[in-house]
Amino acid sequence: MSIQLTSNRRNFLKLSATISGGLMLGFNISDSEASGFEVISEKALGDIDPVSFNAYLSISPDGVITIFSPNPELGQNIKTSFPMVVAEELEADWSTVKVLQAPVNPKMYDRQLTGGSGAVPHSWERLRKAGATARLMLMEAASKRWGVPVATLTAENSFVMHKESGKKLSYGELATEASTLAIPTEVKLKDRKDFKLIGTAIKNVDNAAMFTGKPLYGLDFTREGMLIAMIQRPFSFGMKVKSVDSAAAKAMPGIVDVVTFKNNVAVVGKSTWQVLKARKALKIEYEKEGNIESTADHDLLFKNLLDSKDATVRRKDGDVETAFKNAAKVIKSEYQCPFLPHNPMEPMNFFAHVRPDGVELVGPTQTPELARNEAAKLLGISPDLVKLELTRLGGGFGRRLKADYVVEAVELSSILKAPVKLIWTREDDMAGGSYRPAVRYRFEAALDGSNNLIGYKLRGVGINSGNPTREDNFPSGAVDNLLIDSVEYKSPITTGAWRAPITNFLAYAEQSFIDEVAMAAGKDPVKFRLELLDKAKAKPTGAIKYDIDRMKAVINLAAEKSGWGTKKYQGFSVYFSHRSYVAQVAEVEVDKGKPVVKKIYAAADCGVVINTSGATQQIRGGIVDGMGHAMYSNLSFKDGAAEQRNFNSFRLIRLKEVPEIDVHFVDNGIDPTGLGEPALPPTGGAVANALFKATGKRLRNQPFINQEEMKGTVGGKM
Amino acid sequence: MATYKLQINGRSLEADVDADTPLLWVLRDNFGLVGTKYGCGIGQCGSCTVHIDGNAIRSCSLPVSAVGTKKVTTIEGLSARGDHPVQQAWNEVDVAQCGYCQAGQIMTAAALLTKTPKPSVDQIDNAMNANICRCGTYHRIREAVVLASTKTQ
Repeated sequence: MSIQLTSNRRNFLKLSATISGGLMLGFNISDSEASGFEVISEKALGDIDPVSFNAYLSISPDGVITIFSPNPELGQNIKTSFPMVVAEELEADWSTVKVLQAPVNPKMYDRQLTGGSGAVPHSWERLRKAGATARLMLMEAASKRWGVPVATLTAENSFVMHKESGKKLSYGELATEASTLAIPTEVKLKDRKDFKLIGTAIKNVDNAAMFTGKPLYGLDFTREGMLIAMIQRPFSFGMKVKSVDSAAAKAMPGIVDVVTFKNNVAVVGKSTWQVLKARKALKIEYEKEGNIESTADHDLLFKNLLDSKDATVRRKDGDVETAFKNAAKVIKSEYQCPFLPHNPMEPMNFFAHVRPDGVELVGPTQTPELARNEAAKLLGISPDLVKLELTRLGGGFGRRLKADYVVEAVELSSILKAPVKLIWTREDDMAGGSYRPAVRYRFEAALDGSNNLIGYKLRGVGINSGNPTREDNFPSGAVDNLLIDSVEYKSPITTGAWRAPITNFLAYAEQSFIDEVAMAAGKDPVKFRLELLDKAKAKPTGAIKYDIDRMKAVINLAAEKSGWGTKKYQGFSVYFSHRSYVAQVAEVEVDKGKPVVKKIYAAADCGVVINTSGATQQIRGGIVDGMGHAMYSNLSFKDGAAEQRNFNSFRLIRLKEVPEIDVHFVDNGIDPTGLGEPALPPTGGAVANALFKATGKRLRNQPFINQEEMKGTVGGKM
Repeated sequence: MATYKLQINGRSLEADVDADTPLLWVLRDNFGLVGTKYGCGIGQCGSCTVHIDGNAIRSCSLPVSAVGTKKVTTIEGLSARGDHPVQQAWNEVDVAQCGYCQAGQIMTAAALLTKTPKPSVDQIDNAMNANICRCGTYHRIREAVVLASTKTQ
């Protein structure tokens, strides 16, 4: 069921110019042959060949507008919001818009990845220009047909109109003619006040498919003759395969082969259950190849690293030593977080078919271009020979930024010379590494006799954490004497980007510590932050890489909406990450002696909000993620092996534990700055600060639930 | 290996599989009914929820040999046109983010409403607490169950 978009009317080769902004027009749409796997199916394009306007859209003569969404969709709602932006500038009738996931194509699309909350900020102008350029070409076609100037025409709801004469032609009627015109080099984008789609609530374009169980995800993909594979990886980090006895596994029904490559023992067979069972029959001996570590070792290690003489200085302003020597008061605190697995609900999987003439890949990845390049590198072929089709992703959270599981599938298909779908189980996922790194921070603050913050020190130590600080974030710039440094320990336990990398924990630690300093200074935590920002504005120290006014605006909005200062147990937090700003206030009530998080207010500045439905949920989802992991989630190690390997021992937040969440946006009209991650970092701090108010106990380690005073606590109730 | 004759979504389907094969993998691998999802394989997350004689059951933990002649309904068979009140409510509330867990959520909600057409807040919470949503769409799940309960009247 493949959609063939080839057409004899595809006369767009002359339109191969790149206009300013990098919008590439005139690609041959047959290059982007959409997947037969797409549930939208052939009907999406009507019976008549569509006319391609550019990499993002085509219009068929029967009026169906197809918009291609290039970036991976993993729940950030981009497959709906990207097309909304194109349709807005196109003046398209949204009810006739069909959306297709575009396959990877670096020649047509730039930054075709999902990560760093960057897809919308990066593509905003490109998407707008794509829509606006096509709209102008349609208007020019009408202008020619009617012999009237373009300036006298308007476009609306997929029609071009000439008001004076009352003439009207649909986009479908104009599409073919418009496609023969020269591409305009200058297009005027709409004024924000004229937006009709942007800023409204548009339902997810995959709702019907998701809610009726259509095959949308990588794990749902199937192909005639496809084999199922699972890999047994070493149980512990620091171990490698010594010998494999696969006789019993190979003899089991449905098993085609057992293949050992690198440190992987792959069982390949005809059905998932047969492969799962046979994998348990493998007899593998391992031997040590690196340190075999446990969480208890790491706890000791952190204490040593915090006193290390050998730290990398990340930022140094003024003279901290003198400031601390002259301080009237010094506040010192340490915060620690565990490793965390990403746990997207859809475990890792990928389909690969390595053939002599090229490679076909299908599945969920946040970085299709990287996956394609790594596959090509492994096989020693040109990436042009690798075709990668994106499915919808059952979550990502940063795990699918890595292409390890794609390369595994490619290697297996190459060895077996057969189409293979590689599946990781939940246990494989949770025990398989690429974790959020475990980190410990030591904060120190110096106050003078008038309770002014005159010195600030932060040391971050982490396991495979890279730089665990964000040295130019607040409060840097607001303190005259500041030192931020870090120490990294290299471990066999692998780590990777986890939604809002580093800041997913740093923000909680920092915002808790700021609260501690405000208390020590006898100041209201909101006023204390605002004073620091005012100082950074009036008399900055060193470089300031955050926008003070945007940060103040979200602080003020959150304080206003939450009735800050009028309620008993509230905790405040604000954080800048990935270009956007979010402030939060958590509210706690004490129920039968136990603190319960009842409500969280959020004020966000992500620039223009494209889809209010998706954006509101993105904030709520980020807060649920942030609170859930801060409260409940823990991954510990014993002898190099993860001790939690499924949801019976690894706790994820559930419905009953979620507080009410009240979402507000700052309306400042600036171009979108991203929202996939920024709501998560502030949550842990807001919750911890509110719990402190209610209990008098500082929560300095995650998960909170492991601390004695939090035992038996229910997170909250909507 | 043995042949099992199952009643799935009003049809009689046969699968030649091992007796201990979980219903989940029979649905997905043998019948191509991939709307029922694998999330954990140990009955903890609810992504694999189906109805067995109207009850919400974790298909990952139910061996095919235990199904017998009981009527199995999957997300694909919940309604002919995707317009079950719970499916309608899920669309109207625009519940999903990644969407992977939502078929299981919908099946859990539909079973609840069949038994308890007007559930209390606590009844909704208790039923839906069984299903994990990693994206955190819990507020909308709850809102959609309440909305669906007004549609079943």
